[in-house]
Amino acid sequence: MSNAARKPKLGVFKFASCDGCQLSLLDAEDQLLDVVGLVDIAYFLEATSKIGSGPYDVALVEGSITTPHDEERIQEIRQQSKFLMTIGACATAGGIQALRNWADKDEFVRAVYASPEYISSLETSTAIADHVTVDFELRGCPINQYQLIEVIQALVGGHKPRTRTHCVCMDCKQRGNVCITVATGEPCLGPLTQSGCGAICPTYDRGCYGCYGPAKQIHAQSLTDHLIRQGSAPPQLVPLLRNFNSNAEPFRNESNRIESMT
Amino acid sequence: MSGTCLASPSIDPWLAHTVRIASITDEVEDVATYHLEFSDPESAKSYSFLPGQFNMLYLPGVGEAAISISSDPAQEGTLDHTVRIAGNVTGALARAAVGDTFGLRGPFGSSWPIEACLGGDVILVTGGIGLAPLRPAIYELLNRKSEFGTLSLLYGARHPFGLLYPSEYADWEQRGMSVNTTVDRASPAWQGNVGVVTQLLDRMPLPNPEETTVLCCGPEVMMWYTARSAIGRGIPADRIWVSLERNMNCAIGLCGHCQFGPTFVCKDGPVIRYDHVSSFLRVEGF
Amino acid sequence: MNEQQLSESEVFLPKSELQSLIDLLRNDGMTVVGPTIDQQAIVYDEITSVDELPRGWTDRQEPGKYRLEQRDDDATFGFVVGPHSWKKYLFPPLTTVSTAEKTDQGWQMQTPEPDSTRYAFLGVRACELAAIAVQDRVFTGGPYIDPVYSNRRKNAFIIAVNCTEAAPTCFCSSMNTGPECRSGFDLALTELDDGFVVQAGSEAGETLIARLNTSEITTSQSETAGQARQQAVDQQSRHMNTDGIRDLLLGSLKHPRWEEVGNRCLGCTNCTMVCPTCFCSSVEDVTALSGESVERKRHWDSCFNLSFSYISHGTTRDTISHRYRQWLTHKLASWHDQFDTSGCVGCGRCITWCPVGIDLTEEVAAIRGNGDSSQSGGQS
Repeated sequence: MSNAARKPKLGVFKFASCDGCQLSLLDAEDQLLDVVGLVDIAYFLEATSKIGSGPYDVALVEGSITTPHDEERIQEIRQQSKFLMTIGACATAGGIQALRNWADKDEFVRAVYASPEYISSLETSTAIADHVTVDFELRGCPINQYQLIEVIQALVGGHKPRTRTHCVCMDCKQRGNVCITVATGEPCLGPLTQSGCGAICPTYDRGCYGCYGPAKQIHAQSLTDHLIRQGSAPPQLVPLLRNFNSNAEPFRNESNRIESMT
Repeated sequence: MSGTCLASPSIDPWLAHTVRIASITDEVEDVATYHLEFSDPESAKSYSFLPGQFNMLYLPGVGEAAISISSDPAQEGTLDHTVRIAGNVTGALARAAVGDTFGLRGPFGSSWPIEACLGGDVILVTGGIGLAPLRPAIYELLNRKSEFGTLSLLYGARHPFGLLYPSEYADWEQRGMSVNTTVDRASPAWQGNVGVVTQLLDRMPLPNPEETTVLCCGPEVMMWYTARSAIGRGIPADRIWVSLERNMNCAIGLCGHCQFGPTFVCKDGPVIRYDHVSSFLRVEGF
Repeated sequence: MNEQQLSESEVFLPKSELQSLIDLLRNDGMTVVGPTIDQQAIVYDEITSVDELPRGWTDRQEPGKYRLEQRDDDATFGFVVGPHSWKKYLFPPLTTVSTAEKTDQGWQMQTPEPDSTRYAFLGVRACELAAIAVQDRVFTGGPYIDPVYSNRRKNAFIIAVNCTEAAPTCFCSSMNTGPECRSGFDLALTELDDGFVVQAGSEAGETLIARLNTSEITTSQSETAGQARQQAVDQQSRHMNTDGIRDLLLGSLKHPRWEEVGNRCLGCTNCTMVCPTCFCSSVEDVTALSGESVERKRHWDSCFNLSFSYISHGTTRDTISHRYRQWLTHKLASWHDQFDTSGCVGCGRCITWCPVGIDLTEEVAAIRGNGDSSQSGGQS
C-alpha cells in the first residue's frame, strides 16, 4: 500500500550471455519509463553509461559463469546485493554455452579464436546458483518482459512475485492449440517446461524446446520413454533436451540417460 | 450445516464492497485486528454474518485472501478481522494504515453450530490464531449464556506472548465461561499450564459427555488429536465440529481450489462436523 | 423444453439445406460454431459455410495419439470428438470478473457488463450434451451462479449430432451418456448419405425446422438412421465399470496404484484442459504499472498444478501422485457428492490427449483389481 520513501537501488549485471534478457527490459517500451520511475537504476551498462556503486537493493544478473574472473565477480556482486535475481536461461541454467560441458572446451576455443592463447576460460558453463545464493530466478531465453516487470513491481511493493510455475501445456491449451505431439508425433518439451513464453512455438506449429527450463516436479523419463515407444529415435531426443537449458538438472540427467541408451 | 448467512446470491458474486480501515489493534507479534467500516451505508445496513464465517479481503493489485470474522455478530456496525502476516495479502494489510480502503466480498461459508449446542455443555478447543474465528462464537454463547450448560475455552499458544485477546479473558470468565490456557514454552513469569491443549481436554471433567459439544479450530493434526481425545471421553463424533483451512480463491464453490474430498471448504465449510471429514483427515496429501 | 413430446416428430433435411440452417442462425444474430480442420485436428471454431466443416475426414484415436485421416465417403460428421470442447465458449479460458479503480474516495470495484454473444453450437455429441449438463450443475446449480457461464449458456442454441461411429477411446455407453442424443438440445441430427434425419428438442428447434426446406421422413430413412446410431453403440470397445465407484475410489486413497500412475503422469494439465467438465480456475490481478487500475482475470487452472493447493503453511497436494489421485477421485467419486452426477462423460479426451497415454479406465480397473498393476482391464 504505502511505498517505501526511498526507491530501491537496482543494478543489472552481465556474465556470459547474448544480452537478450537485458534487451527485453529495454524493449518494454510502453512500460519502461514507469519502471525507471519505480527504481533507482545505479548500474545498467546496456542502458546507461552512468555507473553508480553498490550496495544494491536488487541485482539482476544475466549470463553464466564461464571464466575465472566471472567466479570472482559474482561473489562481489552477491556481497553488495540485498536481493539477487538471475534472469534468463544462461544465468539460471548455464545457457546454450553449457553445451561445452559435454565437449572438449579447448577444441572449441581453437576453432573459434584466432589466438586461443589469450582466452582464459573454465571447462564448464554453470548457473549463477551454482556459485552464490540466488533469491529469485526468472526463467526464459529470453525472459518475458512482463514477468520481469511483475517481479520488479512485486519487489517494490514488498510482496512475493507471482510468476507462475505450471508447464507450457496449460498456456498452450488455453490458446486453443492442438497438442503437436499427440496430433503429429513430433516431440515437444511442453509437458516438462515451465510456462512464461505463452506457448509461442506450439502456436506456430513446432514443438517446445524448453527455453524456460524444467517445471517443478517433472517426470522427464515418462515422456521420453513414451516418445521412443511412439517412434522417436533417442538420438533425436538428446539435442532436444540439450538446448538453452541443457545444464538444468532434470534435462541434463535425462539427456545423459538417453544418450547412454544409444 | 448449522445455518447459512450468505452474501446475496442475487448480485454478482465477484463484486466487492469498498471498506475502510477504521482502526487497527496490534495483538501479538505479526498479528493485528483490523476494524472495518463500509464506505456505502447501504452495504453496512444489509451486511450481517454468523460466527465462524469469513470474508474475502481484496487488496487491488495484490490479491484476495479468506479471513475469518472475529467480532461479535450481535454488534451491528462492527466488523473485525484478526490477521496474521502469512502471505502477500496479509503482508500488504500489515503495511496498511487507518483510512486506507480495499475490497470485501462476503460473508461466506458455514458457521459454528450454536443451535446444536443448546442445553448442553460446550468446549471450545483452539490454539494460536485459531481463537480469532472462534471469538464470534464465544460472544454469541456468552450473550445467550442461560441457554447452555457449562462453557469452557481450552486455548494453547507457543508461548505466553502468543495468547490472543488476553485483556478479554476476565470478562469472559465473569460472564460464565471458564478460560483455560496452556503454552508450549513458558516464560519465567508464566505460572499457568505448560503442554499441548489436548492435555487440558484430557484432564477436564466431563459430567455429560453425550450432551457436550466441541468446537475446535487449529492445525489439522491438533484437531484430529482433539477429536480422538473427545471421542475417547465419550463425546459423540457428530457433536465435534472443526474449522478447516484450504486454498480459497473464489469463496463461492466455483473454482475448485479448496476441495477436501467431497467438501468444498469455502461453501460446505469452513466449519464441518468432524464425522463428515474424519476419514480423510489423516490421508497424506489429500 | 418439452423433449419427449417434441422428439416424436422427425423430418428429413437434404445435405444441400445444411447451409440454409447456418444462414438462418447467422441471420438471427447468432455466432455459429462448428467442427473444422485446423492444426491437423478437428477443432471447434466459428464457421459461416458448410465448406468449413470436415467433410470426408475422420479421426483415429488411441491413448496418447490422434491422427486425421481421409474417409472413403463424404460424411460431414464422420468423426467423434477432438481436442476442443464447447466449454471454451461457455466457460472461456480467460475472462475479466471485476475491475478496480483508485479514486479520491478510495478503491471502487465494478463487475463487467455481461457478454452479449449468442452462440449456436453445431455438431454437439451426446457425451458433450452430458458435459454441458454437468457444467450447468456446477456453475448454475448452487447458491452462487457464475455470471459469465449462465449468461452465455442461456443464449446458446444447440444442434446435436448423433455419433454413427465410436473411437477406441470412447466409453460413453459405460457412463450412460451416449452415444445417442436424448436431451439437452434444440435440434439433433443423424447423418445419412444424402442428408440428415432431424429431430427437435425444444420449441426453438421446432420453429427453426419450420423455416427449413425439409421433407417427411421415410421408413427406410428412419431405419437407416437407427442402424447408423446402433453402429456407434456396437463399435464401443472401451469400458469402465462404474459399480460402486464412489466408495471404491474414496476407500482406496492409500492404494499403491496412485504412486505408480503418479510416476507416469507428467502433471502437465492436458487432461484437465481437454476435459469438457473440468471447471477449476484461478483469479489473478493484472495491474497497470501506476497501480491505480486493476483488472481481476479468471483463467482456467488445474488440480495438477503444484500451486493449486498452496496455503501459507504448505502445499496440500505436494506430489504428482497426490494430484492425480485428487483429479480421479474428484472426477469419478466426490463429484457424485457435490453435484449428484459423475464428472466423467466417457468422451475419452483425457486418454487421447494425455502426452503419455494414461488411460483412466485402466487406472480404475487396476484399483478395482486390488493393485495388480500388470492388469490392464481398460478394454473389455
